[in-house]
Amino acid sequence: MRHIISLLMENESGALSRVAGLFSARGYNIESLTVAPTEDATLSRMTIVTRGSDEIIEQITKQLNKLVDIVKIQDLTDGGHIERELMLVKVRAHTYELREEMKRVADIFRGRVIDVADKTYTIELTGPGAKLDAFLEALDPSAILETVRTGASGIGRGDRIMKV
Amino acid sequence: MADTELTGAEIVVRCLRDEGVKHVFGYPGGAVLNIYDEIYKQDDFQHILVRHEQAALHAADAYARSTGQVGVAIVTSGPGATNAVTGIATAFMDSIPMVVLTGQVPTAAIGMDAFQEVDTVGITRPCVKHNFLVKDVRQLAETIKKAFYIASTGRPGPVVVDIPKDVTQHLCPYHYPQSVSMRSYNPTWKGHAGQIRKAVQMLLEAKRPVIYTGGGVILGNAARQLTELSRLLGFPTTNTLMGLGGYPSPDPLFLGMLGMHGTYEANMAMQHCDVLLAVGARFDDRVIGNPKHFSSEHHRIIHIDVDPSSISKRVKVDVPIVGDVAHVLEEIIKLLKSEKDRPDEQALKAWWAQIELWRAQDCLKYEHSATVIKPQYVVEKLYEVTRGQAFITSDVGQHQMWAAQYYKFDQPRRWINSGGLGTMGFGLPAAMGVQFAHPDAMVACITGEGSIQMNIQELSTCKEHNLPIKVILLNNGYLGMVRQWQEFFYEERYAESYVGSLPDFVKLAEAYGHVGMLVEKPEDVEPALRDAFGKYKDRLVFINFLTDPRENVYPMIPAGKGLSEMILV
Repeated sequence: MRHIISLLMENESGALSRVAGLFSARGYNIESLTVAPTEDATLSRMTIVTRGSDEIIEQITKQLNKLVDIVKIQDLTDGGHIERELMLVKVRAHTYELREEMKRVADIFRGRVIDVADKTYTIELTGPGAKLDAFLEALDPSAILETVRTGASGIGRGDRIMKV
Repeated sequence: MADTELTGAEIVVRCLRDEGVKHVFGYPGGAVLNIYDEIYKQDDFQHILVRHEQAALHAADAYARSTGQVGVAIVTSGPGATNAVTGIATAFMDSIPMVVLTGQVPTAAIGMDAFQEVDTVGITRPCVKHNFLVKDVRQLAETIKKAFYIASTGRPGPVVVDIPKDVTQHLCPYHYPQSVSMRSYNPTWKGHAGQIRKAVQMLLEAKRPVIYTGGGVILGNAARQLTELSRLLGFPTTNTLMGLGGYPSPDPLFLGMLGMHGTYEANMAMQHCDVLLAVGARFDDRVIGNPKHFSSEHHRIIHIDVDPSSISKRVKVDVPIVGDVAHVLEEIIKLLKSEKDRPDEQALKAWWAQIELWRAQDCLKYEHSATVIKPQYVVEKLYEVTRGQAFITSDVGQHQMWAAQYYKFDQPRRWINSGGLGTMGFGLPAAMGVQFAHPDAMVACITGEGSIQMNIQELSTCKEHNLPIKVILLNNGYLGMVRQWQEFFYEERYAESYVGSLPDFVKLAEAYGHVGMLVEKPEDVEPALRDAFGKYKDRLVFINFLTDPRENVYPMIPAGKGLSEMILV
């Protein structure tokens, strides 16, 4: 089953490699991993998307907890949560028809054109992973020149707060 | 007035002093020269110069195992650190508290492929409890304090502190914190009261109980509590390889060691029990074999461990209790004493009757011989001659299993071996660490001719410090455990397990300045041991026992098989 796990960890060099190393050493799978500093400069927040049986997810959570740099951990999948991912897509837009088409599809998905050049558009799109997948499927594959995705970031709904 | 400023090197030495360290094992080199210069100027602790960094780590590790204190080692950057890795991993697998100080190239040179540079923090990351690179002298003292704190609390383990050379030169005021607290590290000490009540209930309902304990009982200083609990309930008790000494071996409640080379009665009881109390043990592959086979019988399992990740890792348990094992056992004992209920006496009697039938198999019996020395016999005689009072270190292989099976440990911290990583070459340096910690104790290293040659250079360190270690070499000319597996599972194709041209160990021992003996006949075993511990008690004695090359370790559970699928003799 797919799980989305949030961590708060000390903003120390090497903390990321401890997490990444743990996953590779124990053979756990990582679908995506994002990390960035928080409003508290001493902490980083990481979101990991992984897959595994209940036993494996339990081990992943326990092993992560054991890492000395990790301050807090939450399996967002255990309760209400929201996840979002950002994608940038560069598409062909060298004809009038293509420009119209790209703009229209982007609008439908609530994306925005953020860069316009002679022959290309760059579209920004935010949403759950499945929405980004759907957007890519809606485009003619030959029109896609490049894509980049951040991986999912997640947060609990309502009063579900992870803070130190 | 401003505080006097100290150099980083002075700070390292002061920290060790303030931490109460008495012995440090190490090897100097470029990146740690400043630290060694300060070691030279002090006499708060003794530095022991080994002959290879790996040995420094094993010695510090065994020092910790035999005392419960944190072992300390210092090595230089680059090859010093990489040579230390096997020792660090050995300690990590057996959860041994250790602080390892490694030199590093100056901060400005890091990443430049400098002479003797390796990414020590990167290389050791998967085999340490935690590690640090200290880039600022102002963080040095606090980092070392944290290292000792992390190494010795919760589930213990080795902590590496990597110190660049320039940091050992930089100045700052010295302050060693009395204690540290870390928001990201708070090991659970107290067990959950509700879970403990559930455990007690389950123990009282047991009809076929077993208490199974591991290294956690030794590390957690819980042998006394374990013994009290077992006796209070009258429950059969078994120890893992790492747990030996946690319960007194000669006791009738003791079933012996369990696992791959465990006793028939321990493994059968484990497989057929209805309630299992696991204490500081982790159901690893050498203990329960195939977890599916184990779970094919219905067990209700209580598991006490300080490390939550050890619980329900290989075997799903019913009552997990995270906490300090000694504390949790004490709580259980307290509750049991206040309870009027007692376990079902009839059922327990029937269970013991069954166990006695298994015990009657006498699975550790072996054929005595008048012509060739049986390795088991040497260990039995060693037990007699030392009256069971020696510290026994071992290397890895058949001799390790015979030591575990035939030397009946009745106290914790007397049996020192590399159980998790299985590091050959551990025994001799480990014996050094034990002898430094216990100068007046009898220390014997049971080894094989393969293992002893992996750190034999330490005979020189032993000479320098006149360590009266007894090296008990069970020499069968083969890498015995490899040979045994080849005999059983590879149709006797003995690929590279015969060790040709062994040295003359007697001469070798003498060359290092020790007493060497060769023993070839069974009747000479005991006299040789008596001489070693009598006439030569103040000398290192290296006894080369030529033992039966065809002897195998029994019982044996083949890898991947279940507990009740043992090969008996």
